[in-house]
Amino acid sequence: MDQPAIEIRDLHKSFGDLEVLKGVSLTAHPGDVVAVIGGSGSGKSTMLRCINMLELPSSGEIAIQGEAYGLHPARGGGLEPIDPKQVQRIRAQLGMVFQNFNLWPHRTVLGNVIEVPIQVLGVPRDKAIARARQVLARVGLAEKEDVYPSFMSGGQQQRCAIARVLAVDPLAMLFDEPTSALDPELVGEVLSVIRDLAQEKRTMILVTHEMAFARDVASHVIYLRDGLIEEQGPPEQIFGAPQSAHLRQFISSVV
Amino acid sequence: MPDFDTVTPLPPAAKGDFSAMFRALLLPHRIVMLAIALAGLSAMVLMMNWSWLPAYLPKLGEGLLMTLYMLVGSVVMGFLLALPLALAQVSGPAPLRWLALSFCTVIRGTPLLLQLWLFYFGLGSLFAQFPEIRGTWLWPYLRQPWPYGLIALTVSFAAYQGEVMRGAFAGVPNGELEAARAFGMSRFKVFHRVWFPRAVHRALPTLAGEIILQLKSTPLVATITVTDLYAVITRVRQATLLTYEPLLFLVAVYICLSAVLILALRWLENRVPTGH
Repeated sequence: MDQPAIEIRDLHKSFGDLEVLKGVSLTAHPGDVVAVIGGSGSGKSTMLRCINMLELPSSGEIAIQGEAYGLHPARGGGLEPIDPKQVQRIRAQLGMVFQNFNLWPHRTVLGNVIEVPIQVLGVPRDKAIARARQVLARVGLAEKEDVYPSFMSGGQQQRCAIARVLAVDPLAMLFDEPTSALDPELVGEVLSVIRDLAQEKRTMILVTHEMAFARDVASHVIYLRDGLIEEQGPPEQIFGAPQSAHLRQFISSVV
Repeated sequence: MPDFDTVTPLPPAAKGDFSAMFRALLLPHRIVMLAIALAGLSAMVLMMNWSWLPAYLPKLGEGLLMTLYMLVGSVVMGFLLALPLALAQVSGPAPLRWLALSFCTVIRGTPLLLQLWLFYFGLGSLFAQFPEIRGTWLWPYLRQPWPYGLIALTVSFAAYQGEVMRGAFAGVPNGELEAARAFGMSRFKVFHRVWFPRAVHRALPTLAGEIILQLKSTPLVATITVTDLYAVITRVRQATLLTYEPLLFLVAVYICLSAVLILALRWLENRVPTGH
C-alpha cells in the first residue's frame, strides 16, 4: 500500500477548558475521498484545520505524505511548531477551500489563482498564468479572469477558490463545508466541480452537511460526535446500515 | 458659496459623460448662481489691486515649494512611521502596544502648534548647547527651522495615521489572512501580499481626508520662521499694506492644491473596485 497522504494519530484539541477533539485518528491514502460528517460542534472543522495547522493541536501527531509536523510544547500549554518553515512547506502542498471562500478581494480572479504559484512556489509568471487559465476553464470561469471576486455570485467565488487550490496541484485538498454559505440554487454548480475532482482520484477530506453528496462521492465516511469518531466505513455502510443510535438519528434528522 | 440645491434630482449622468454634466449645470437656478460667482470673480480681478503679484511671483513659487515639501515629506515619512505604530497596537507584545498607544494618544491630544514650538524652541536650543552636535554634518540642517517643522508635522501625521491604520489592519477579515497562511505564505508574505494592501485600500478614504487636513496644518510652520507660502503672503501683506488680495490669492492656491489631492486619491481608490 502507498504511503498515506494524510495521517492523524490520536489528535486532541482544547479551547481553554473545552475539549473539542478527544483523540481522533484518521488515515487517507492517495486517491481517497474522506467525507467527515457530524452535528455542529462535533469538531469536524477543527479536525480539518489541524491538518494544515490553522489550529494547533493540543496533543497528537499529524503527518502529510509521511512527513510529521515537528511540534513541541508551547509555553501556554498545547503544542506549537518547532520550525515555521516546515509548516509553510507542508501547507503549500495542501489546498484548502473555505466555507466563506476567503478569496483576496483586491485581486482579480486570475490574480487570485496565480498568487500562490508565483509567490509561494516560485513558478514563472507566464507559466502560472497558462496553468491558471487551464484550471479556470475546468471550473467554468474562463470568461471571468479579469473580474474582481465581489462582482461574482457565491457559487462563482467558491469555484474560483477551488481553481486557486487546483493551481498549486496539491497532494490533498481540504474542503471546509464548501457549500454551507451558498444560496441553495448555487450549491449544485460547486458540488459538480468537486464531484469531477473526486472522480479524478484526487485525495480530499471533505467536511460537509450535504449527505447525499457525501454518499455519492466519498470512498470513506467518518461520523464525528463530541470530538470522537463514533462510526466510520464505506458510504454504503454508514448511510445504509448505520450501527450507532446517534448516527441513525443524525442521518434521519438531516436527510 | 453654499449649494442650495438639495431637492432637484440630478439628471442621470454617466461617469465621464461631460455633455450630460454640462447640461446638469444649465438648470435655471444654477445659471443664476454661476453668474453670481462669475461676477464676484471678475469683480475681484478687475476692481482689486493685483499689481504686486508679478514682482512677488518668484518668492511665492519658493513658498509654494516649501509648502509642498512640508506636505509631501511629512505625509510620506509620517505614513512610514504610522505602520509600525499601527502594527504594534494590532499585534505587538504588550509593552510595545502600550508604547505605541501612549505615543498616539499624547500626540493626538495636544495642539500641533505646541508640538511645533516644543521641537523648535526646545529641541532646537538644546542642540545648540552641545558642541558635539554643532560639530557634525547635521548642524547645517539643525540650525535651520525647517527640519523642526518637518519633524513636528511628521510626528503628528504619524500619530493620526497610526490610529487610522490600526483600525484598517484590524478590519481586514481574518479569513483572507487565514487563506494566505493556509497556502504556505510566510508571515512577511501574508503582510506584503494581503494584509498591507487590503488595509491601505480600506484606509484610503480616511487617508485622503487626513492628507487634506495635513495640507491645512502646514501654515503653522510659519510660526517658527519657515518661509512657506503662508509666510510669503504675510510678508507681502506687510510690504504692500494690502489685506484681502494676498489672502484671497492664498485661498485660491490652497483650494487648487486640495482639489488636485482629492482627485488623485479618488483615482487611486477607484483603481481596485471591491464592491463593499
